[in-house]
Amino acid sequence: MPNIVEIQSVSKSYKRDSLTIPVLQNIDLNIPEGEFLALMGPSGSGKSTLLNLIAGIDRPSAGSVIVGGINVGTLNETALAAWRSSHVGFIFQFYNLMPVLTAFENVELPLHLTKLSKKERNDHVRKVLDIVGLGDRMDHYPNQLSGGQQQRVAIARAIASDPTIIVADEPTGDLDKTSAGEIMTLLSRLNSELGKTIVMVTHDPSAAERAHTQRHLDKGALA
Amino acid sequence: MLIKLLIKNSLRHKLRTMLTIVGIAIAVIAFGLLRTVVTAWYAGIEASAANRLIVRQSVSFIFTLPYAYREQIARVPGVETVSFFNWFGGVYIDKNQFFARMACDPNTLLDVYPEFITDKTDFENFKKERNSCIVGSKLAEQYNLKIGDVMNMDGDIYPGQWQFTVRAIYKPRDKTVDATQMFFHWAYLDERMKQDSPGRDGQIGWYVVKIKDPGQSAAVSEYIDGLFKNSRAETKTETEKAFQQGFIAASSAFISAMNGMSFVIIGIIMLVLGNTMIMSARERTREYAVLRTLGFSNPFIMVFISGESIFISLLGGALGLLLMIPFVNGFESAMPKGWFPIFNVANSTIVLSMVCTFLIGVLASLFPIQRALKTKIVDGLRYIG
Amino acid sequence: MKIPLKYILGNFKTRRLTTGITVLGVALVVFVFAAVLMMANGVQKTLISTGSSQNVMIARKSANGEIGSIIDGESVNTIMTLPFIAKNAESKPIASGEPVVIINLDKIGGGMSNITVRGVSKEAFTLRSQVKLREGRLFNFGQREIIVGTSIEKRFNGAKIGDRVRFAGDDWEIVGVFDASGSGFESEMWGDAVQLLQAFNRSNSVSTLTLRLESEEKFEDFKKAFESEMRLKNFEPETEKRFFEKQSEMMSIFIKVLGIFITLIFSIGSTIGALITMYASVSSRTTEIGTLRALGFQRKSVMAAFLTESIFLSLAGAVLGILIASFLSFFTISTLNFGSFAELAFAFALSPSIVISSLLFALFMGILGGFLPAMGASRLKIVDALRSA
Repeated sequence: MPNIVEIQSVSKSYKRDSLTIPVLQNIDLNIPEGEFLALMGPSGSGKSTLLNLIAGIDRPSAGSVIVGGINVGTLNETALAAWRSSHVGFIFQFYNLMPVLTAFENVELPLHLTKLSKKERNDHVRKVLDIVGLGDRMDHYPNQLSGGQQQRVAIARAIASDPTIIVADEPTGDLDKTSAGEIMTLLSRLNSELGKTIVMVTHDPSAAERAHTQRHLDKGALA
Repeated sequence: MLIKLLIKNSLRHKLRTMLTIVGIAIAVIAFGLLRTVVTAWYAGIEASAANRLIVRQSVSFIFTLPYAYREQIARVPGVETVSFFNWFGGVYIDKNQFFARMACDPNTLLDVYPEFITDKTDFENFKKERNSCIVGSKLAEQYNLKIGDVMNMDGDIYPGQWQFTVRAIYKPRDKTVDATQMFFHWAYLDERMKQDSPGRDGQIGWYVVKIKDPGQSAAVSEYIDGLFKNSRAETKTETEKAFQQGFIAASSAFISAMNGMSFVIIGIIMLVLGNTMIMSARERTREYAVLRTLGFSNPFIMVFISGESIFISLLGGALGLLLMIPFVNGFESAMPKGWFPIFNVANSTIVLSMVCTFLIGVLASLFPIQRALKTKIVDGLRYIG
Repeated sequence: MKIPLKYILGNFKTRRLTTGITVLGVALVVFVFAAVLMMANGVQKTLISTGSSQNVMIARKSANGEIGSIIDGESVNTIMTLPFIAKNAESKPIASGEPVVIINLDKIGGGMSNITVRGVSKEAFTLRSQVKLREGRLFNFGQREIIVGTSIEKRFNGAKIGDRVRFAGDDWEIVGVFDASGSGFESEMWGDAVQLLQAFNRSNSVSTLTLRLESEEKFEDFKKAFESEMRLKNFEPETEKRFFEKQSEMMSIFIKVLGIFITLIFSIGSTIGALITMYASVSSRTTEIGTLRALGFQRKSVMAAFLTESIFLSLAGAVLGILIASFLSFFTISTLNFGSFAELAFAFALSPSIVISSLLFALFMGILGGFLPAMGASRLKIVDALRSA
């Protein structure tokens, strides 16, 4: 399988006032297409940072991050935003749905960045909402949905534009055991049935178990 | 749908948005009131006609000119009609009734002021009766005057008791014309002066000259002044507009103060709206980060934030304009009657208010936009309101 | 248990920007409020110093200002024979019959305005002791010379010593500059009454007559004597102070009415600004409020804390506003006084009562703007507040 993600000698550090805090040290990582990878590690290990680099919402201090053949570190802000819209689907720990939009409208949101017509958008949204099993709750607002349901809407939003990779940051972090299980089942299906490449950060062992591969990060280095 | 997102976001915090809109509306009312006062001051200029010249005593408006000048002025090339007036002043009812009381030449009054619309027969009656007068429709309304009523006045500049019978009422041709004036026969005044204060007869206050071609105003003015240079009563001739501007210049300090206050008001609106926008934007830091994660570009975020700001601002402006009219009317009634003969909310004020609120909507969003764009996506995602 | 002040004040530091903006908003409103009061006060002060209550001014009844008044020579003589008038060393009544006219001059900086030219007699300087020559010399009686008030000299073209002003068919030379303790006379030009009467061909009809009474208390008696004289039925006496006050009544009313309207509008706006800020302040600290209550602080302590915060903001804004407004006292406005139809210069005058009024005004806004949010904060159920984390 070709590598969807190639991380070469990547380092990342942050500046807080006058201090430089190193977060990632010289990381090398290849992620093949169709992989379901779980990144684990104690808090402060840099796993979320690594995820952010892959998703294109942060830049490495050194090294290169190549996703789908494109070195994302070299793109400017506008290009990066455009790249994200078609290549990355992001799932957050706290769902991050727009509270003023219905489930349908939340999923439709990223599609406004594509050239699809209104009808095509509608079809897409319905399709993915069916996939996540929320076809009957399209017109509900987030505050009318449970945590698990909200996360499913978020997942639907993440796959709506058919991205190259799906990136998930603690997707089950805010859910109870049952809902967490449902979400992980859904993600597994997306990977096995639809061939989606998924990179997931988690500290929940039962969630990590559902992935194919587990890598550990500690103090900014891959174990 | 994105418009829907924008509007729904604005209404998320109903109370705060409501308060902001009301706050802006109030400031717009204050702004409108001040501007209306300033435009009322300039009302005289608005009413000026390009083909009217005012000839007055060069030292100051309060000194008189000889009636004898009339014929000479009439013969000046370019002059179509010569009329004249005396400021009578005096007291009608009590000292707090402010409206123009003037002696005029009935034969030429309507020639130089065609904007006074009056009934032909009534005006003929006015011309025939020596001690009659013509009043403006707004004045007639204010004092409930009808044709045949007698106006009693106590003269000051021209001492004594005076009585005038209302024989005609004029309507203003448009909004800019002062309909609160009262005119009577100069001949009546002259007669009285010959009796009571000989030596003060044969004098008029100022001439109003209608010229054939407005383009000739400078030339004709110069000519007229040249006729009387070095005489006992030198003249100063200028266009009606310049004459009115002279008055305004005398109150310029006041007008500047009011214009200054208008700016302060605009500043206050900006602060109120800016405050709200900063709070809203700050609360939504995470949402903006999510939008950017999804791939919405920076320009989009800019339009998004400023859109909300402009939306609220325009709503406030519209509400303010709606309430402005009753407020302005309230102010007019609180002022002594006749202070501002013409007191309307000008079209320019309305346009200016809306343009200002729009600009303020844009400006108030600048800081939140800058903040939103400067925040790194990763930091934004971590933000907890 | 009272919530510590440090907690209340500490919150200002965290929300520096919105706090700053709110304070600035209040400051601006208070500034306008104070500025208007200072203007009205300034006009008032000018008038008070313009007239003395020991002087009486006679003008024609129903005259609108000095310009509209005429007193003929015979009437002047009749008035001079009335009792209660103070006499000078030569046992002549201390009186000044004054013809008053208006002339136009160009303002420095553009535009034109009307200036009062007053013809005076020698007694005028006794009557108006606040008028003092500052530069140059007094005009020679019998000559076409004039002295100008400092306000005119400062603001108008051709109003310096040595300049000539043309009116009444002659050139009048400016030979001196006088000041008059900030009174209205500083906006006038003075010359020999006799010369002016001649120049304007008014024989001996003056505009007004000013006299000094034997004492202030004698005014009523003088008035009675005046009114019982049938030949003087067309005229009326007034204390000089009251006379000038009336001449500026229109202007004062205008300033006051406009000021009140604007201030009313502003105060509503400012209260709303305070409301917005306070509501936001409360909602962002819901968890804290729950915690404080759980710790045992009373509802009214929470209410008091937020009310204090609001009052603090308003007072801070008020102080700032008053500070900026106080700079206005360096400025004088010279504008057309509608009553006299001539220039009147007055300063922005700050007074202790204006400072106090402004502070009270801001305090009121702070309480009004903070009350509802503070009450809302105190009413929160502890469980709800803590859950909103």
